[in-house]
Amino acid sequence: MSELMPVILSLTILIGGVAGAAILTWFERRLLGVWQDRYGPNRLGPFGIGQVAADMIKLLFKDDWVPPFADRLVFIFAPTAIVVAMMMGFAVVPFAPGMMIIDVNIGLLFFLGMTSLAVYSVLLGGLASNNKYALLGGLRSAAQMVSYEVFMGLSLIGVVMMSGSFSLVDIVEAQTDVWFCFSQILGLIVFIIAGIAESHRLPFDLPEAEHELTAGFHTEYGGMKFAMFMLGEYLGLMLISCMIVTLFFGGWHGPMLIGDWLPPFFWFSSKVFVVICFFVLLRAAIPRPRYDQLMSLGWKVMLPITLVNILVTGAVLLWMEGVA
Amino acid sequence: MLEIVFFYIAATVALVATVMAMTRANAIHALIYLIVSLLAVAVIFFLIGAPFAAALEIVIYAGAIMVLFVFVIMMLNLGEKGDKQERQWLQPSIWAGPAVLSVVLLIELVMVISQTNGPVSVTAVSAKEVGLALFGPYVLAVEIASMLLLAGLVGSFHLGRRYLERDNLEKQGGQ
Repeated sequence: MSELMPVILSLTILIGGVAGAAILTWFERRLLGVWQDRYGPNRLGPFGIGQVAADMIKLLFKDDWVPPFADRLVFIFAPTAIVVAMMMGFAVVPFAPGMMIIDVNIGLLFFLGMTSLAVYSVLLGGLASNNKYALLGGLRSAAQMVSYEVFMGLSLIGVVMMSGSFSLVDIVEAQTDVWFCFSQILGLIVFIIAGIAESHRLPFDLPEAEHELTAGFHTEYGGMKFAMFMLGEYLGLMLISCMIVTLFFGGWHGPMLIGDWLPPFFWFSSKVFVVICFFVLLRAAIPRPRYDQLMSLGWKVMLPITLVNILVTGAVLLWMEGVA
Repeated sequence: MLEIVFFYIAATVALVATVMAMTRANAIHALIYLIVSLLAVAVIFFLIGAPFAAALEIVIYAGAIMVLFVFVIMMLNLGEKGDKQERQWLQPSIWAGPAVLSVVLLIELVMVISQTNGPVSVTAVSAKEVGLALFGPYVLAVEIASMLLLAGLVGSFHLGRRYLERDNLEKQGGQ
């Protein structure tokens, strides 16, 4: 069983990830509807869930067209990169004790590497389209994602210092008593903001801000290639939510005062669900900043916060070592 | 045994990708091959027991530095003109000389390697050991590298600032 586990889990994630992303498109619109005092898609099937199937049929049967002026091979390659990278990222997520594809001692770095490879999708998509709006969208996203990658990595240093390991299982084990969301509150805030910027969702969706750059890097994309970009974005959202739960909210452990009396996977998935709802709420509540505001927020606010966090965490850890 | 098969597959991918990266006329295609080559090298690092180096290869080289390369190519937006220029530069008369010299070096390298006895034993190096080594015996190298980076940072800040001031001066002159 334990040898088959990674294979079964890989297939489950492959199918579940795609299905989850599809359902998430509907769920997000319904939830936005609730918060914005309107209905959202509610016509097809119970609660409008048939909308997912309708959208998929529409995207699948759309003419799969490559613009004649585009760089054909790169144009086709670009949307696959983000989906592959995000799917690979799920390989290190510990859903429950023993329920993960691979437990490597560089799990956290693997996750960072995969999110940094996802940048190419946006970058090459914008470049291969050979269209100035797509190019500008791609350039913006490259600058945004490369910058926020820095803070994303730095915000996790505190967690690594406290648990003493890059392995995600060790990090979850280290949170048995107290979750890191209290001691690493600065790291958590920076990681959430950087996570939104990395998956370029609202309010940080400037690479595809509709009113300025038509649709940014995916202006020329349609049909299934466009669907791949969307799939990658929702997979990224799920991956970031999984990582937030794993790194800061105790992974598979139950809430502190209540204890672990329900199956670990239940705690993990319900926490991920809450985080995803939080991301949707952010989308509904916060307006989009200007591009230069986004960049100066990153370098002038987030970078100092992460550096102070690392310094204070290190000092406190050394002090506690001295006391003990 | 399986490791050896994986190693040769990754090594072949790295070699083919590197040769393709050198011979492509289109800068973006060449860069994509170079990224593939770096990923293959990361796999090799992982196989020979350096998971930390493998992760850094992906995060830093493939994920950050190459992104900046693509970024610069996008800014330049060379297009067809650049391809034509590149094809001109790729004449055999230009690369034949360096290639012959490199082959001499390659033969030398193969002979040196064939004299060392057997494969080196693989010991996995954890991230902690890398950290201890960096801030232990090699702390001077780390400090020098950080100073170099600081110099780069100050330099780019200076260049960016001068543009700002010049813009302001021009604006004042115009008013």
